[in-house]
Amino acid sequence: MNPFSSGTRLRDMIRAIRACKTAAEERAVVRKECAAIRAAISENDQDYRHRNLAKLMFIHMLGYPTHFGQMECLKLIASSGFPEKRIGYLGLMLLLDERQEVLMLVTNSLKQDLNHSNQYIIGLALCALGNICSAEMARDLAPEVERLLQFRDPNIRKKAALCSIRIIKKVPDLAENFINPAASLLREKHHGVLITGVQLCTDLCKVSSEALEYFREKCTDGLVKTLRDMANSPYAPEYDVAGITDPFLHIRLLKLMRILGQGDADASDCMNDILAQVATKIESNKNAGNAILYECVGTIMGIEDNGGLRVLAVNILGRFLSNRDNNIRYVALNMLMKAMTVDSQAVQRHRATILECVKDSDASIRKKALDLVYLLVNESNVKPLTKDLIEYLETSDQDFKGVLTDKICSLVEKFSPEKIWYIDQMLKVLSEAGNFVKDEVWHALIVVISNASDLHGYSVRALYRAFQTSTEQESLVRVAVWCIGEYGDMLINNIGMLDIEEPITVTYSDAVDAVEVAIKRHTSDITTKAMALIALLKLSSRFPSCSERIKDIILQNKQSFVLELQQRSIEFNCILQKHQNIRAALVERMPVLDEATFSGRRAGSLPTSVSTSTGTGHSLPNGIAKPAAAPVTDLLDLSSDDAPAPSSSGVDFLQDLLGVDLSPASAPQSTSRPPKGSADVLLDLLSIGASPPAQSNSSASDMLSSIQDNTAPLANLNGLLSLSPLSANATSPASPAPVMDLLDGFGSSPQKKAENGPAYPSLVAYESSSLRMSFNFSKQPGNPQTTLIQATFTNLSPNVYNDFLFQAAVPKFLQLHLDSASSNILPANGSISQSMKVTNSQHGKKSLVMRIRIAYKINDKDVLEEGQVNNFPRDL
Amino acid sequence: MKEMGIRFILMVNKQGQTRLAQYYEWLTLEERRALEGEIVRKCLARNEQQCSFVEHRNYKIVYRRYASLFFLVGVENDENELAILEFIHLLVETMDRHFGNVCELDIMFHLEKAHFMLEEMVMNGSIVETSKANILSPIQLMEKAS
Repeated sequence: MNPFSSGTRLRDMIRAIRACKTAAEERAVVRKECAAIRAAISENDQDYRHRNLAKLMFIHMLGYPTHFGQMECLKLIASSGFPEKRIGYLGLMLLLDERQEVLMLVTNSLKQDLNHSNQYIIGLALCALGNICSAEMARDLAPEVERLLQFRDPNIRKKAALCSIRIIKKVPDLAENFINPAASLLREKHHGVLITGVQLCTDLCKVSSEALEYFREKCTDGLVKTLRDMANSPYAPEYDVAGITDPFLHIRLLKLMRILGQGDADASDCMNDILAQVATKIESNKNAGNAILYECVGTIMGIEDNGGLRVLAVNILGRFLSNRDNNIRYVALNMLMKAMTVDSQAVQRHRATILECVKDSDASIRKKALDLVYLLVNESNVKPLTKDLIEYLETSDQDFKGVLTDKICSLVEKFSPEKIWYIDQMLKVLSEAGNFVKDEVWHALIVVISNASDLHGYSVRALYRAFQTSTEQESLVRVAVWCIGEYGDMLINNIGMLDIEEPITVTYSDAVDAVEVAIKRHTSDITTKAMALIALLKLSSRFPSCSERIKDIILQNKQSFVLELQQRSIEFNCILQKHQNIRAALVERMPVLDEATFSGRRAGSLPTSVSTSTGTGHSLPNGIAKPAAAPVTDLLDLSSDDAPAPSSSGVDFLQDLLGVDLSPASAPQSTSRPPKGSADVLLDLLSIGASPPAQSNSSASDMLSSIQDNTAPLANLNGLLSLSPLSANATSPASPAPVMDLLDGFGSSPQKKAENGPAYPSLVAYESSSLRMSFNFSKQPGNPQTTLIQATFTNLSPNVYNDFLFQAAVPKFLQLHLDSASSNILPANGSISQSMKVTNSQHGKKSLVMRIRIAYKINDKDVLEEGQVNNFPRDL
Repeated sequence: MKEMGIRFILMVNKQGQTRLAQYYEWLTLEERRALEGEIVRKCLARNEQQCSFVEHRNYKIVYRRYASLFFLVGVENDENELAILEFIHLLVETMDRHFGNVCELDIMFHLEKAHFMLEEMVMNGSIVETSKANILSPIQLMEKAS
């Protein structure tokens, strides 16, 4: 006999599958079996249908698709024998789900079966309905189920109860019908019915609040009585588990009591006695007893306050915590987290034990304990707790380190009482687990360091020491390199020593050594190396004696394969060689980044209010076009440069340069932080300079051209804080000239300074054989985004143009407002003019572009000319 | 719609092969296989001393090992874990009473009976019946009839 015919018994098929040695063999066997079953289905084989379905279920469990068997289920359900129906329903529940339309076909069979005379068949139908019904089926069959809630047989009643739960979840409107029957179920004696009845009531309370009220009034006493009876009942062999009668029912009752007692003092009062009794009497040396105690504690925490009970509950939890069984400790930790909201003092008492749990060998317990510790921290205990956690960080294993580091960092940030402690702790964390620290965390650290002006010396020295010992932690290296670059002079000269520090001697070459190590390490990534390069540039200005050596180091990266590093090294080298005079101004101390806006942005809320630059007292022609915070983080947005957009980091470099450029040029040596006003000045210029990640270097050099024009006057006008307005040279087109050339040409190009807004040349926007259109531009002061264009149409032919109509279309980021033309008759060889106003919302980022259409009539003949104007000056 | 209590019940042997799977929520076949793979890996990797509760995604797994078979129950986060441990033990005892010294092969070769038993005990994610006599009576009736 063919072993794979439909005559195969289930066990033979299972044996065959088990005998397979490889997955491919198993697939082959299953495929053959499925083919045989499909053949049997199409032949409408009656005899072996249930066997085939059993085989299908096994195959489904293994994970193979079995949808062809769904109709078989239906046929089996419709047959009259009990075994067939049984298998049919089982198959229905396993192979189908509520979303299949096939399910609708079953509704009729279900209805008939719900009215069957055999109670087991009714039970089957209820079971199927309860597991898998959809909303429509629920609506159809709800009346039947309601009726069955009062059936004579308790087995049916209990199944009907659970079925009702599903119905009211699917169709909440029907909940009212079930309230009364559910209440009567609560008075039953049969445990099965009780347990399901209690569940039904629990869900009714969740779904409808009027049910909650009803149960609270009518049933609380009954429930308390039931629980009391059960707790005091003698030994009942049927439901006994480890000496306790039906712990499951205990637990369900306690759950329902928690829902009823929540928020209602009367109900809670009723329950107090029985809760106390359960809490004290139940033995806790068996798991069943502990389960009940756990639920009891949960209920006590959930209902209204009763001092004595709460104390009892926390004591039980304390006992759990010191239990040797891991499971018990886990649930204790879980419950303590919920107890925190209710009574945090009590939980604080167990702080030491919880800390022990953080170091436990079990991963689940560790995680729960860490969460709980995080909740426990407040200002008074943050220092010792953090100390413990950091100590543990050293010995914890890798996958836990990430979580632990996160928690420690957020703890330190939230609760640090003073800056120096914050810096200390962060340094320790970085040394231990810098690789797990998220970017925004070390960004925040830098912000804090730069804000704490008296701690600069301390920070840089501490970082230097830490850097010597642990160089594998990437974030530590980055922060150290940044600080050495910024505050290198403090490092050398031991400026700003605090009492607790020991003096260290660091020479110039030591400092440069440190940064060089950062660059040379093969494990450093691009960001670190880039940061190191700019730190070197800063150092070369602060330590002129090491300039040569620094130049050599920078030059080594000149041919790096990474565009970012190559660009930086070439640019910096150029600055070092040719532009000594501005180098000092370029690498001035960074202005303080505003902590409030930084943390606000980190929290995700970009401050939309624009900060006005009142500090400087100059009205700048280019108003602040962007929210103040954005450029601030752009300054430090180095880490986002890891992704391939090298020229955008070229722009960041510019902002970096510019950022330091704009501190008061009158005090290049001062270590005082520039006031916030000049930070806004900084932002102003940045708003001009910031551009979206351009995809080519040419735009970077464009930016340079327009911005470097500014730096020249700055360097020349020492002490003057007025920014010359952006004078875009018409002679600086978007040419992809290398950066050096532009820098070379700088200083010699005359500045066309217009006080009242920059001047733009007129341009011929459109020219054909018969018509020329030229634009004259002007901008109003104080409104850089809006350009007034005067369009002049010149008739190049000897014909007269009548009905002259000019239309223009602009892309979405521009707004165009056309005034009426001076006339709509264009005389031969004459001209008319029309003015328009264009507002560029992407001012500085995108230049204007316009499509034009000119229509006119020559001797009553229509002429249409269309074109596109692309050659607008860039800075409009 | 928030699911009730128990989301799924799995019986998996030490090699990771699923012997019984009952889901009380809808998951596609690929999701199921992925889920089973992930969970089983986590549970099998743990040793005896560690606690029986594993947190996975947004629910918990309560598991216990009996001989060569792991019983895993996935439950909602607010369910009483110790009670579920009791439930697993009740399930094993019930099967033991029916099959007599139940072992993995019994479950494999009488899969539908194991399912029937489970269905009498759990419906739509909540516990229906906890008395072994009541659970086994329909099944014994059916065996007598066939």
